[in-house]
Amino acid sequence: MKEILLIAFAAIITENFIFSRFLGICPFLGVSEKPSTAAGMGFAVMFVMTISSALTWLVYKFILVPSGLEYIKTIAFILIIAALVQIIEMFLKKFVPSLYQALGIYLPLITTNCAVLGAALLNIQNGFSFVESVVFGLSAAIGFTVALLVFAGVRERLRFSNPPEAFKGLPILLVSAGLIAMAFSGFSGISL
Amino acid sequence: MSEYIGNIILAAVWFLVISGALGIALSFAAKFLKVKEDPRIEEITDALPSANCGGCGYAGCAAMADAIVKGEANPSKCAVASPEAIKKIAGIMGIEAEKQVRMRAQVMCSGTSDLAKHKYEYEGVHDCIAATKLAGGHKLCPNGCMGFGTCVEACKFGALTVINGVAAVDYHKCQACGACVSACPKGLISLIPFEAEYWVGCKCTEKGASTKKWCEIGCIGCKLCEKGCPTGAIKVVDNLARIDYSLCTNCGKCFDVCPRHIIWSSSVHPGAKKEEPVVEEQA
Repeated sequence: MKEILLIAFAAIITENFIFSRFLGICPFLGVSEKPSTAAGMGFAVMFVMTISSALTWLVYKFILVPSGLEYIKTIAFILIIAALVQIIEMFLKKFVPSLYQALGIYLPLITTNCAVLGAALLNIQNGFSFVESVVFGLSAAIGFTVALLVFAGVRERLRFSNPPEAFKGLPILLVSAGLIAMAFSGFSGISL
Repeated sequence: MSEYIGNIILAAVWFLVISGALGIALSFAAKFLKVKEDPRIEEITDALPSANCGGCGYAGCAAMADAIVKGEANPSKCAVASPEAIKKIAGIMGIEAEKQVRMRAQVMCSGTSDLAKHKYEYEGVHDCIAATKLAGGHKLCPNGCMGFGTCVEACKFGALTVINGVAAVDYHKCQACGACVSACPKGLISLIPFEAEYWVGCKCTEKGASTKKWCEIGCIGCKLCEKGCPTGAIKVVDNLARIDYSLCTNCGKCFDVCPRHIIWSSSVHPGAKKEEPVVEEQA
């Protein structure tokens, strides 16, 4: 139990996907314009990352390892995640239209998100068990959502600031993202 | 060597199996999880301008198309679509489109930085809403344009610019979506008919004596225009002249008699460009 909690805490804070692993920067900059869209994207990532962590772990354990194809896991996982997202999308559209409406355009965006693939690969790299993998996937996504929401708040303030001409737009965004990442690096002093 | 070839074949076969299984699963999913959608929704979405401006009150063009098919909205609610496009949508639905008058946004303030007097020099956040929070803004007139371009940012069509401290609309870019109308914290922007030649470039309802102190051009409610108007289209209410465009005939009498030159004609207004922009034909 303690192990599980440690994995979750590390994935959410000390080894935050965005601020210390720098995975998923593209959606991080793309959808953090407003807190509402950030939350939408965050929920979609949570949903997909948890399910894909479980499925890729199963595929690795029962197909790739027995046939000695561990070295090719990256490509296999890309394939599985892409198909999985498609199926989930169709499933939601049919059976849970309210959730489909809420996740909206964010689901297909996640298909090629490196954070989702990163979670699947890190599960294998760290030698997690099935339960640990699912927990790691979910908590990494929670960490991703936290980062997105924090940055959406910063961006709301940033809209009204008047930076020098050369820094307007993306540059000032990257500078502020870097500053938040530095703040998060303060957590790395916590040894678990 | 043969060992490597064996590995390659093994990997290829397994991948074929995995991707084949996924492909079959996907095609079954596409069949069994198909949701029937009204084909008209897609047709109407294509006919709409895809500007996604939100001027109709729906989340975007697709949401608007959904509402049209459900019968909640009339196609003429879309201010951006051309009359032909609206006719086409009405045709798809088999309904009559409501008659549509082309509108344009007009900023009802003429207090440029040389004409309107300032309370203080504002050096805060570069945003109209933030500026109004500091004692109602830096202009003495409570209805003066802040000139920080909150409307410029709200406009999806690039129709607004700030000229000399007051926002101005490029009529031919304006699609009358109304985004600037709701963005302006002072409520200075109104939608008026595109063909309207004359308008009162002021929203100040204070007494004429105060207006005179604050601004060299603001409407003082002298009623000369009201007396001069042959059709009774212009009325002074709360010290401010207002034009009823359903009665206005564009005769220009009010423009001639106004002693403050606050009634503008589109031929003299600095923000107005009368000519249609030349659209270059693509070869």
